[in-house]
Amino acid sequence: MCGIVGLFIKDKALEPRLGELTAGMLATMCERGPDSAGFAVYGAPKSGKAKITLQSPNPEKDFASLAKAVEHEIDGKAKLDVKSTHAVLTCPADKAEAARQAIRTGFPGVRIMGSGEAIEIYKEVGRPTDVAKQFDLAKMKGTHAIGHTRMATESAVTTLGAHPFSTGTDQCLVHNGSLSNHNNLRRELKHDGMTFETENDSEVAAAYLTWRMNQGLNLGQALEKGLEDLDGFFTFVVGTKNGFGVVRDPIACKPAVLAETDQYVAFGSEYRALAGLPGIEKAKVWEPEPATVYFWER
Amino acid sequence: MRSIDLEKTPLRELNESLHQLKDGTNETEWEVLNPRGQHAVAVGIDAPVTVTIRGPVGYYCAGMNKQATVVVHGSAGPGTAENMMSGKVIVKGDASQYAGATGRGGLLLIEGNASSRCGISMKGIDIVVKGNIGHMSAFMAQTGNLVVLGDAGDALGDSIYEARLFVRGSVKSLGADCIEKEMRTEHHDALSALLKKAGVNGVKTSEFKRYGSARKLYNFNIDNADAY
Repeated sequence: MCGIVGLFIKDKALEPRLGELTAGMLATMCERGPDSAGFAVYGAPKSGKAKITLQSPNPEKDFASLAKAVEHEIDGKAKLDVKSTHAVLTCPADKAEAARQAIRTGFPGVRIMGSGEAIEIYKEVGRPTDVAKQFDLAKMKGTHAIGHTRMATESAVTTLGAHPFSTGTDQCLVHNGSLSNHNNLRRELKHDGMTFETENDSEVAAAYLTWRMNQGLNLGQALEKGLEDLDGFFTFVVGTKNGFGVVRDPIACKPAVLAETDQYVAFGSEYRALAGLPGIEKAKVWEPEPATVYFWER
Repeated sequence: MRSIDLEKTPLRELNESLHQLKDGTNETEWEVLNPRGQHAVAVGIDAPVTVTIRGPVGYYCAGMNKQATVVVHGSAGPGTAENMMSGKVIVKGDASQYAGATGRGGLLLIEGNASSRCGISMKGIDIVVKGNIGHMSAFMAQTGNLVVLGDAGDALGDSIYEARLFVRGSVKSLGADCIEKEMRTEHHDALSALLKKAGVNGVKTSEFKRYGSARKLYNFNIDNADAY
């Protein structure tokens, strides 16, 4: 099954409430995906800074010395904000790749969940409401957020198997469904230099879109191409630094509802996810058409 | 009139109260407030009562309905009026996937649009949609009538049996073994009665086209043996 929620804010006045509203939406989708949950929050980017979200099974041990070790390696300032099993490392943007390298070699137990100017990604095994609480989602601010509650079908219930998947700078994808050509596609993408952390089908979809966007396509164009190349059942919600996209496969079994007001665009697997949003009674609410790309960019 | 606020009363309690109603009950008018997209609202009623739901509902609203009239003032999620036996279900907004699926009787009126697979495997229900319907509607539809005032999506009536489909707008494509058929007097009469039953005025039966089974899939064609 799985549940998806997404919120793309158009009215700045609502940005301080992004986390609170997303947490409320995520909570309604617990029954659709009780085994694990995750969310990506896009906050205000600081110019010249990069954020790298990390996860560790031994956060106390790993995160105690990580910032200092990275500073030493990149010869620049690095700041680490620890949130439970995750931490966000902020460093100069031009040192981001060096920092990732330093973490990979110096801290093999630490996983890089995603990185970019705006994105922070948190995901864990557990009931979605508990996962949201664990990372204080309700207090987060930002421009857009995407959340997922998982009922695993294609790969194991693990932190890395939870959504969102981030395979490119400031990019993330969540998926409800299952792909049938992911093994072949993974091989092809690997051949083209993409790397994979899991055996998960959704990670292949994320990497595919990253690969397309690396070729110069925008999010909407990449999603259009995805309709040709991805086989299986899917409702995807995808985030980029400035954008928010939705696409369903041509059969469109996996449910999806969109709502739009002057203040926001919201996505839910069901209307229940949208019921608590401000002004939803007057929102334009519709079911996205099959094989049709929807995307918004600021 | 009994008014139940789903913000205060658990859904299960509402449905249990509705299930206890019998023929001849005096509690014939019910109102449900704040459904907020909950699933299975007013499912399985078997009494001649009217339930008015104020707001959008989720999956399976008014499923298995017998005798009752259920009115949704909002949109409805997947499987609305699934396997309805009799009575009337009215959705004032849009309905999601497989509305009226496997329905055996009664009338489902959708005032907005219906999504994909509307009337899939219908077995006697009458469905009237004022807006459009999505792809794969009336898939394997057996008996009953599907009336669409707007357009139909891809693969309408794929593998259809004996259900009758009336579409006023365009049909994106017909499914396997579904063809356009002549509108004879009896079909104009039947359609006219359906429109009247649904309270649809100002629409002429001559604006509709009729679709149904070519009956080519009923028996195995020996010439196709090589394909297996």
